[in-house]
Amino acid sequence: MSILGLFFFVAIVGLTLYVTYLASKRTNSASEFYTAGGGLTGWQNGIAIAGDYLSAASFLGIAGAIALFGFDGFFYSIGYLVAYLVVLYIVAEPLRNLGKYTLADMITARFNQQKIRGAAAISTLTIVLFYMIAQLVGAGALIQLLLGIDYWIAVLLVGVMMTTYVLWGGMAATSWVQIIKAVLLMVGTIIISFLVLLKFDFNIMKMFTDMKSITPAGEAYLNPGVKYTNGLDTMSMMIALVFGTAGLPHILMRFFTVKDAKTARSSVVYATWIVGIFYILTIFLGFGAAAFVGSEKIIAANAAGNMAAPLLAQALGGDLLMSFVSAVAFATILAVVAGLVLSGASAFAHDIYGQIIKKGNVTEKQQMNAARFASVGVSVFSIILALGAQTMNVAFLVSLAFCIAASANLPVIIYTIYWKRFNTTGALSAMVTGLVTALVLVALSPNIWSPEGTAILTGTALFPLTNPAIISVPAGFIAGYIGSIVSAKADERKYAEVAVKANTGLK
Amino acid sequence: MEQKVERVLKRKSDYDYEKIAASPEFQSLIRKKNKFLLPVTIFFLLFYFSLPLLTSFSNVLNKPAIGDISWVWVLALAQFIMTWTLCMIYVKKANRFDADADQILNLHNKTKGSDRS
Repeated sequence: MSILGLFFFVAIVGLTLYVTYLASKRTNSASEFYTAGGGLTGWQNGIAIAGDYLSAASFLGIAGAIALFGFDGFFYSIGYLVAYLVVLYIVAEPLRNLGKYTLADMITARFNQQKIRGAAAISTLTIVLFYMIAQLVGAGALIQLLLGIDYWIAVLLVGVMMTTYVLWGGMAATSWVQIIKAVLLMVGTIIISFLVLLKFDFNIMKMFTDMKSITPAGEAYLNPGVKYTNGLDTMSMMIALVFGTAGLPHILMRFFTVKDAKTARSSVVYATWIVGIFYILTIFLGFGAAAFVGSEKIIAANAAGNMAAPLLAQALGGDLLMSFVSAVAFATILAVVAGLVLSGASAFAHDIYGQIIKKGNVTEKQQMNAARFASVGVSVFSIILALGAQTMNVAFLVSLAFCIAASANLPVIIYTIYWKRFNTTGALSAMVTGLVTALVLVALSPNIWSPEGTAILTGTALFPLTNPAIISVPAGFIAGYIGSIVSAKADERKYAEVAVKANTGLK
Repeated sequence: MEQKVERVLKRKSDYDYEKIAASPEFQSLIRKKNKFLLPVTIFFLLFYFSLPLLTSFSNVLNKPAIGDISWVWVLALAQFIMTWTLCMIYVKKANRFDADADQILNLHNKTKGSDRS
């Protein structure tokens, strides 16, 4: 670990802790804690959404995937971006108008029942845990490599930092950590992309021509099919990517930090521009790493390719750039896990404790205490799980989280807002079916089962696809439909209220 | 239990939502929104899934488009341009819907007093 590297790390830790200190002075109510009082502006929330969204899987994972598999790695970038159209066109504004702190708030705006809230809270917690373990395992491996410290110390370091932000600074601190991270990540990515382009004489045509002969894949590198050879599996993954974002609890929660639907809308627009530019630049990160680091060296550092971006930084800008990029990767992980802790804590403290156990009869002080206890609980639980999950494939965990979000959350969100006939039974069956189908199919998939013993268990997978979204997303929608039409009629008065609120912002 | 919840909600709310929902102004806003949102959503989903469908089940995109850049990269870039364009179009449309929604709210705020009694 160089002095320079240490300097960047300390600077980022110091800056984020200072922001947390400032935020802690005003974080004294549940509304401040969960949503920063709803006081963020459009551009602030837009950058924070980008900061919340561009996880280590995006920065390190996609750069590595493009470096190793060419176009096939770029599929992720496309899916993760187009997903924002689903968020903007279908979910963002009605969600802002109907919800308060959590996804369950929004669904129970129409179906005010404990079991609905409970189901929504459980699916939120499931998604948060999978996503969190993925981030923590990735963080542990990365920091272990970058700082030369043990895996468990690295996980603990990230765990303590994320708990600190959330516990003292709530959503205000988390948002600013995400804003700082998004700015740093964009700066780092733009610098590397510029240096890569410089090497290709700013000639995109030349870059593509050169890439044809530089990698072991040869000409195939520039075409799809290097990694994804099963068409159904590719479709399934693309379904999970495009529909998952609109069901991710930590992204949905960000829409409650602004004052109205109009601001929610403008924040999605800012986020879409930032995220889109970033994903375009992943081409340069990936191509650059393949050309100037080489796939052998990338795989030697990490079999999944996660070290491609830091190694490329070193090849192009020496230790200075490498240290900066590593610190950016660290900040990236911190910002995402802090957002996850907050959404997990809100599902637990607000939904399960405040609304189900206490039936809404809680004082401001009790709410705050519950929120803080839940934050610590979620953090400790996921740290323990992450310590035991060191060998799990990070990309698989993230895609699973997207798949559950698309299967369990999105159908019920869409029906709640747009379908008059939807009712309690439909809502419950959509959530339970989506969640259970996704989990069971993954449990039977080649991710878990491999005849050669390369997966977790040895044996033949009963379900052939690695991503179950192509089955589980329609299953969630169909279950919601069938559940609604076979049961009692919907409460049309309540739907009138939801429709008016969702479309006009009336409170 | 259910009834209790209902009563609490009714006391809290000053608006007759059913009346607003049934009003011609609101109905027309919903129609206008659906007329815009539904076709565009169907379009971008079809456009999006055309990429993995074509790469998975055909080789047409592997042909070179510009120099050594094959069509698959062109279609991928088109996805980005589509996302940004539809994003801008949405904002333009939604600002117009905002004006309609404000009008509905103003209209019904005036009659709020009589609804309550």
